[in-house]
Amino acid sequence: MNHNNHDHHDHDHDHADDSARSAGAHAPPRPDLDDTVTYWRRLEIAVRELLIEKGITSADEVRRQVEDMDARTPTQGARVVARAWVDDSFKQRLLSDSGAALTELGIERGPYQLIVVENSASAHNVVVCTLCSCYPRWLLGLPPDWYKSRNYRSRVVSEPRAVLREFGTEIAADTIIRVHDSTADMRYLVLPRRPPGTDDWPEAQLAALVSRDAMIGVAEPRPPAAN
Amino acid sequence: MSEAVAARYAPGAHVRVRDAHPPGHVRTPFYIRGKCGVIERLCGAYANPEELAYARPGTPRQPLYRVRFLQSAVWPDYRGGALDTIDVEIYQHWLQAISEES
Repeated sequence: MNHNNHDHHDHDHDHADDSARSAGAHAPPRPDLDDTVTYWRRLEIAVRELLIEKGITSADEVRRQVEDMDARTPTQGARVVARAWVDDSFKQRLLSDSGAALTELGIERGPYQLIVVENSASAHNVVVCTLCSCYPRWLLGLPPDWYKSRNYRSRVVSEPRAVLREFGTEIAADTIIRVHDSTADMRYLVLPRRPPGTDDWPEAQLAALVSRDAMIGVAEPRPPAAN
Repeated sequence: MSEAVAARYAPGAHVRVRDAHPPGHVRTPFYIRGKCGVIERLCGAYANPEELAYARPGTPRQPLYRVRFLQSAVWPDYRGGALDTIDVEIYQHWLQAISEES
């Protein structure tokens, strides 16, 4: 066992590989050029500059759109789920005609048709877009990086249980797993199961239990105790 | 609304995804081509993305379905439950009818 004294290391641990740790103590140098201009980015920049030059849009308008997009969060989706938990007739409308149900809540129907898939004691739903990163952005905000990763997209379709386990979500062996591949014009929202012990909870408090990941289907809602 | 191709399949119909490999932009995932499933629902009719991708109008619009497949029919070495499913959105021109017996 090594007990070398490194910088920032004045207490005793046993390290199987002290050299690896020592390397970690000094961050690798960050390249000065931390951006890449690919063919498609070059194209985007060229088109944007032309549109601005011709007065069709402005730099401020583009900036505002980016700001609006970044400001979207899973809060809207959580409101929808909480309402479905407390109001069964709303839930039925949400499952059969989501656009009308969203309008009822004063939430935009969005640019795509939303399909809501309900978890139950016998079935668990999980959403992926194997072709790219289709996602109900108007309800959940921007998709997380892992949702866009090749790892998630390629594996969750063929070994969903193993992928969910990596998220800390254990699905019982006798529960059916339904994967939904968002390949075209639909967008998906998972309606998770209402956590037990929340019977008398008001809607807003319930909404706080509904995480983004629960609405993608890689997790369960937060347990009430953790709230 | 522009003209749409008439929907040929009803929920519950058994279909096979064409095992085709045309060049260009296609929204039928590779892993599902040639596989058999059941129509879960008709989603409506949408402009054909294979045309839209090249700045063409994509008309007439194609019926779009959600097709449900048993995972065990998609992945020969699938290790999950026998009733696990995967639903994929597929445009009608990628589907062929099959009889229940086949």
